[in-house]
Amino acid sequence: MERLHVIVLVILLIALAVTLIRLRSLLAIAILTGVYSLIMAVVYTLLDAVDVAFTEAVVGAGITLTLMLAAISLTTRSETKPGKRTKQRAVGAVTALAAGMALIYATTDMPGLGDADAPVHLHVAPYYIEVGPIETGVPNIVTAILASYRGFDTLGEVAVIFTAGISVMALLWRWGKDDR
Amino acid sequence: MIEVLTYITEHAVQWGAVVLLMLGLYIVMTRGNLIKKVIGLNIFQTAVFLLYISIGYVLDGAAPIVLEGAERYSNPLPHVLILTAIVVSVATTSLALALIVRIQEAYGSIEEDEILEHGET
Amino acid sequence: MSEHLIVRVVSKMLIPFILLFALYVQMHGDYGPGGGFQAGVIFATAFIIYAIVFGVKRAIRVMPLTVLTAMVSLGLVLYAMVGFVSLAAGGTFLDYGALDSHDPVHGQHLGIIIIELGVGITVAGVLTAIFFTFAERWQK
Repeated sequence: MERLHVIVLVILLIALAVTLIRLRSLLAIAILTGVYSLIMAVVYTLLDAVDVAFTEAVVGAGITLTLMLAAISLTTRSETKPGKRTKQRAVGAVTALAAGMALIYATTDMPGLGDADAPVHLHVAPYYIEVGPIETGVPNIVTAILASYRGFDTLGEVAVIFTAGISVMALLWRWGKDDR
Repeated sequence: MIEVLTYITEHAVQWGAVVLLMLGLYIVMTRGNLIKKVIGLNIFQTAVFLLYISIGYVLDGAAPIVLEGAERYSNPLPHVLILTAIVVSVATTSLALALIVRIQEAYGSIEEDEILEHGET
Repeated sequence: MSEHLIVRVVSKMLIPFILLFALYVQMHGDYGPGGGFQAGVIFATAFIIYAIVFGVKRAIRVMPLTVLTAMVSLGLVLYAMVGFVSLAAGGTFLDYGALDSHDPVHGQHLGIIIIELGVGITVAGVLTAIFFTFAERWQK
């Protein structure tokens, strides 16, 4: 049953994405991306990825939406009507279709959704699930892998966030021009 | 008939992720507005996330938090990778938006065509 | 937006609970869904609400820029320091088992709690700083 729920929600996501292509008002687009993120969070919950769903909900619907609104209020509220751009549209459509066809051809070889014997579930994942909570003393296996087994990865990620924060402040903050 | 339906339910989410990816790519390639391009990139990213999470799903499995009586868990490894990717995506999005604000101030527009014209004159 | 009475009162009531929930998510990340990233984002949200309702000037008085920039770097330094401490204790870089010489499992748990705290501090600082930067630009 869960698989059918997921399929219905994914169809909803596609409909939202098509609406996003057609809309002109950037304000409406930003708010719809918030809705998109929340539906995506529901999909992740149905697919048993609770940590990812939590992150998508707070990041996608919370922070990204707020930053989009801030950027829109600093720039412009709606997209100007573009010219014909026929050539660009044709190139875009052909590229997207070609990439999509190649990927759909690739999915025919993939194991089905929820197949417990798929190769991805037979390599390191059983080790993490069985030994991870015992070795680290943390019941949440995702946290155990994130912080302990993949500690280097997470360190690099924190460095990325740090760099992004510093860069945004360097780009936008007007140092010394006010009485802060 | 039943076989076809089973095949479709097993692969429909993967196809859905591919369609979302196509739509994101189309927005990035055809829209001139820079904020809309960023939104297209976000859709592109979430399509990849959806594909990864669907790979990690196990039918009748529990969420990967140790639970009494649970026999099977979903694969936690894709969850970790995507958790990292989501946080990196918000960092890159904020940097892109900051650059867009600077472009607006320098060129007075965030439409690609107008910025290009501004550069030629 | 502080001229709207309802917005002002409700946001003042909500902010303490948002901060409390962020700390809960931070500390409960080992046992349930959650962890440093989510907690950091929720923590930042509280200050963002304050900045939206009362203006970024007052928000900066609550959360001074020096504190904010210190937070941004402190989390990353805390994370890296755990790695160097475990290196000094005889393990490899970021091998938390070496943090406790008697019980490696306890050391692992300790290491995970500290680095999650580091992640949370950096994420909270960065996101608050980014929003303040955007909002400060908008005010003039």
